Amino acid sequence: MLSLENLQVYYGAIHAIKGISITIPKGKVVTLIGANGAGKSTVLRAISGLAKPRSGRIVYNQAEITGWPPENVVRQGIALAPEGRRILPHLTVFENLQLGAYSRSDKAGIAEDIDKVNGLFPRLQERAQQKGGTLSGGEQQMLAVARALMSRPQVLMLDEPSLGLAPKLVAEVFEIIRAINAQGCTVLLVEQNAFTALRIADYAYVLEVGTIVLEGEGEALLHDERVRAAYLGG
Amino acid sequence: MTSSMFVQHFLNALTLGSLYALIAIGYTMVYGILRLINFAHGEIFMLGAYFVFWGVVLLHLPWPVAVLGAILITALTGVLVDRVAYRPLREAPRISALISSIGVSFFLQNLAVVVFSAIPRQVYRPEWLTKVMIVGKVRVLPLTLFVPALSLVLMLGSIYIVYKTKPGLGMRAIAKDIETSRLMGVPVNRIISLTFGLGSALAAASGIMWALRYPQLQPIMGVIPGFKAFIAAVLGGIGSIGGAVVGGVLLGFVEIMLVAFMPELAGFRDAFAFVLLIVILLFRPTGLFGERLEDKV
Ligand SMILES: Nc1ncnc2c1ncn2[C@@H]1O[C@H](COP(=O)(O)OP(=O)(O)O)[C@@H](O)[C@H]1O
Ligand SMILES: [Mg+2]
Repeated sequence: MLSLENLQVYYGAIHAIKGISITIPKGKVVTLIGANGAGKSTVLRAISGLAKPRSGRIVYNQAEITGWPPENVVRQGIALAPEGRRILPHLTVFENLQLGAYSRSDKAGIAEDIDKVNGLFPRLQERAQQKGGTLSGGEQQMLAVARALMSRPQVLMLDEPSLGLAPKLVAEVFEIIRAINAQGCTVLLVEQNAFTALRIADYAYVLEVGTIVLEGEGEALLHDERVRAAYLGG
Repeated sequence: MTSSMFVQHFLNALTLGSLYALIAIGYTMVYGILRLINFAHGEIFMLGAYFVFWGVVLLHLPWPVAVLGAILITALTGVLVDRVAYRPLREAPRISALISSIGVSFFLQNLAVVVFSAIPRQVYRPEWLTKVMIVGKVRVLPLTLFVPALSLVLMLGSIYIVYKTKPGLGMRAIAKDIETSRLMGVPVNRIISLTFGLGSALAAASGIMWALRYPQLQPIMGVIPGFKAFIAAVLGGIGSIGGAVVGGVLLGFVEIMLVAFMPELAGFRDAFAFVLLIVILLFRPTGLFGERLEDKV
């Protein structure tokens, strides 16, 4: 459904992604794990169109979307819940959700999806008229996921959704990711929290300073010696 | 002071304040989104007034048609100014666009001298706006009712656009976080164009009504009202639309009442506004309603 072929991304002179290839099959959960600074966010930003690749290809549904501007990428069905949540603090929860649907113009469908995410995240519904900035960290993460869903994506990309959340909330967020995937949405999950990510992933890639050093089925990597040593604390 | 005179002063203040407020909204919207003080905004105001003059005198259009046409063309001019002078500098340090706007300001003034000449022009004024009515004992210039009323409609319209429509949501989103807005599908350049168009249309409306009140056109006519409206925007809290409206009206009242109650200070009217600016910047840089605008991401 979505694949990266030999992708390279630079920030000025910094070679952040050094030629990686990744395949995300339809309906699966694929995770990209790695330490801070490995280049995980850069991969998602390149797919979204926020970072321009120097070379390589991004192919989505048989069409090349390399270098497309973000507003076109989201319109094609690839949504990103970015690192740090990036909730608009001065807009209400409801307006944040509407913003997530900016790429769409089917009013009835949008209303339907508002109901749907409200079902998925009842706490957001209670806070619909509250400013985004007043939400707790966990609620903001829920809102970031809900907002990304409002574009009705075929591929949902999540950048460290567990960051800064209490363990109980992490479990809750991952439960929701699983539920979203069960409804047919393909998921590309970026995490430093390797243990949790590998448990829900069908397939995983390990990124180290811009290069894929390991890949395999989630379950298999969970038991891989190298992964255990590097990311799971032995 | 008789109550009749007071009513006149009150209406004059409301008129002047509304005109400032309409210009100030454009400053504040552009600043909110781009953190740019668009120094060419006063020239946009001036062009609005001249385009009506052109429409009526050269093209012999009926006045209302000339007014609507002028607002439209001025709005497009504002969009064009952004395209040509500011958009290429979006990634450059912020000071670049500011300097560019000063350049555009001089350019448009000089263009007006070339195209319209520097000779002050008399404008056409419909009689129903300028014929004094006697209401009870009060002499009322219809213009001083018409200007605040129309301004109110335009301000409410703008507030509706910004707070109740989809492009308005896009504006408020990019004012805070351009990158995230793009991720959500907001066409940032189109929204910025719309912002310039809307702000310029309001400035044009203000310029056109200004010319009804002070019926002489000059290429430099936008300079002082432009500065005053900028002060009004800072007074209200730059970035806040409500603040621009309150700041504009407040400045109009302060100016008119200063002259009314202390005629000996009339000569200091403009200086007073600038002193006010300095005082705000020193003691309350966020103005009355402004939030501290952190640097955007
Ligand atoms: N905007 C940027 N400008 C310059 N370098 C950057 C920028 N963003 C990220 N980098 C660098 O690129 C590398 C990868 O960063 P990132 O993709 O954020 O990693 P991760 O998400 O895995 O923590 C790091 O070395 C980081 O310092
Ligand atoms: Mg990251």
